[in-house]
Amino acid sequence: MWLINSSVGRKLVMSISGLFLVLFVTFHMAMNLVAVISEDGYDAVCEFLGANWYALAGTAVLALGFVVHIVYAFILTAQNRRARGNQDYAVSERPKGVEWASQNMLVLGLIVILFFLLHLVHFWGKMQLPEILGEYPEGGIDLIQQVFSSPLNLVLYLIWFVAIWFHLTHGFWSALQTLGWSNKVWFCRWKLIGNVWATVVLAGFAFSAVVFYVKYGLLG
Amino acid sequence: MDKNISFTLKIWRQRGPKEQGAFETYHMEDIPGDTSFLEMLDILNEQLVEKGEEPVVFDHDCREGICGMCSLYINGHPHGPATGATTCQIYMRRFSDGDTITVEPWRSAGFPVIRDLMVDRSAYDKIMQAGGYVSVNTGAPQDANAILISKDIADEAMDAASCIGCGACVAACKNGSAMLFVSAKVSQLALLPQGKAEAARRAKAMLSKMDELGFGNCTNTRACEAECPKNVSISNIARLNREFIKAKLAD
Repeated sequence: MWLINSSVGRKLVMSISGLFLVLFVTFHMAMNLVAVISEDGYDAVCEFLGANWYALAGTAVLALGFVVHIVYAFILTAQNRRARGNQDYAVSERPKGVEWASQNMLVLGLIVILFFLLHLVHFWGKMQLPEILGEYPEGGIDLIQQVFSSPLNLVLYLIWFVAIWFHLTHGFWSALQTLGWSNKVWFCRWKLIGNVWATVVLAGFAFSAVVFYVKYGLLG
Repeated sequence: MDKNISFTLKIWRQRGPKEQGAFETYHMEDIPGDTSFLEMLDILNEQLVEKGEEPVVFDHDCREGICGMCSLYINGHPHGPATGATTCQIYMRRFSDGDTITVEPWRSAGFPVIRDLMVDRSAYDKIMQAGGYVSVNTGAPQDANAILISKDIADEAMDAASCIGCGACVAACKNGSAMLFVSAKVSQLALLPQGKAEAARRAKAMLSKMDELGFGNCTNTRACEAECPKNVSISNIARLNREFIKAKLAD
C-alpha cells in the first residue's frame, strides 16, 4: 500500500488529514462567532447537533482525522530521526528562509494536543459525552460562562491559539506542496493564503475568547 | 591584498566507519585571505605530515564548483557560510582573525562516514541507477529547432540539471531526506519531451530507491534549497510529488 510504504504516500496522508483539520477549525471558529453574536443562536446550534446520528458520524470522521494525523506524525518523526542518524552536528544554524515552525511541527502539535485534551474536558465531556451515555448535557452558553469567566483559562486558550497559528502557517502551504500543487509562483500564493487564513481563523478564536471573558468574567 | 589571519580549527577525526570519532583542535597561523578553504586544509595536512601525523581525509576534485565532490559542513552550514557556492569556492577572507572554525562531515544515516570528513555518497549513484536516465538510444543530435521547447521550460529543466549531486540537501535536512536531489534528477528529464515518456516510471523507481536506502520523509522545511550550492528550488519537489501521486493514482 503506497500510502504507508512510500515517503510521498505517507506525506500525502499527512497533507489531506491536515487540510481536513484546517477546514474543521475554520467551521469551529464560525460557530464561536455565533456565540459572540447571539447566546440563543449558539444554544440552538448545540441543540441541533447534540448527539444525533449525523453529529456522531461527523465526530467519528473528525476523530479519525485527528488520529490519522497524529499517528502519522509520530511514524514520520521516528523514521526521520532514524534517517538523520545518531550523530548530531556540533554546530548547526538555521539557514535563512527556513521558518522556525517548519522544524518544530511535532512540538507544536504536542502543545496543540495537550490543550485540545483540556478543551475536550471543558466542553465535549460535558456536552456530547453525557448525551451519548444517556445523561443530560449542560448548555453550551453555560459552559462558555463557566470556562471563560476565569482569567487563567483565557490565558491557556490564548497560548493554545498561538501554537495552532504557528502550526497552520507552515502546515497550509506545506500540505499543498506535498499534494504537488505548487511551483515557484504558487508557492508564494499558498504561503500568503495560508498566513491570511491562519491569522483570520485564530484571530476569530482569540476575539471570541476575549469577548467571553469580558462578558462573563469581568462584567458577569 | 587580503590580510593574513590566524584561527583555530575544530575538525572531526574518525579512523573508520565503525570507529568512534571526536573533534581535534588545530591552530593555523598567518593564512592569507585569498587562500581557498581547501588550500588551507592542504596547508594543515602538509604540517601534519611533516610532524608525522595522519593528514585529514576530505573529498575534493575539480575545485571549481562543478564536480560535487567537496562536502564539508563548516560552522553549521553545508559548504560553509556562502550561499550558492561549494566548499571549494570558499576563501579564507570570509573568516576573521581569532575565529574558531568547526568542520564536520555530512551527517546522515544515508551517508555513513568513511574516514574523517569523507562520507560514502554512493547511495546517490544507486538512486540514479534506478531510473535517472532515458533508457533508449536517441542517436545523433537533431537540429536544434526540430523539437520546439519554450524558453520557460528549457530554463526550468536547466536549473534542475544544475544539481551536482553533492549531498548538501541531505546534510542540511533535519529529516535526512534526499528529496531535493531526487526531484532535480526527475525534473530535468520530466520537463523535456525526450524524458516525458518515462516520467511516471522514473519518479516511482527513483523515489522507492530513495526510501529503500533509508533517506527520510520530506517535511518541507526548505533547509535544502537554502543550502544548495546550485540554488535548486523546492518547486522541483512539488513536481516530483505531483509525478509520483499521478503515477500511483494511474496504477
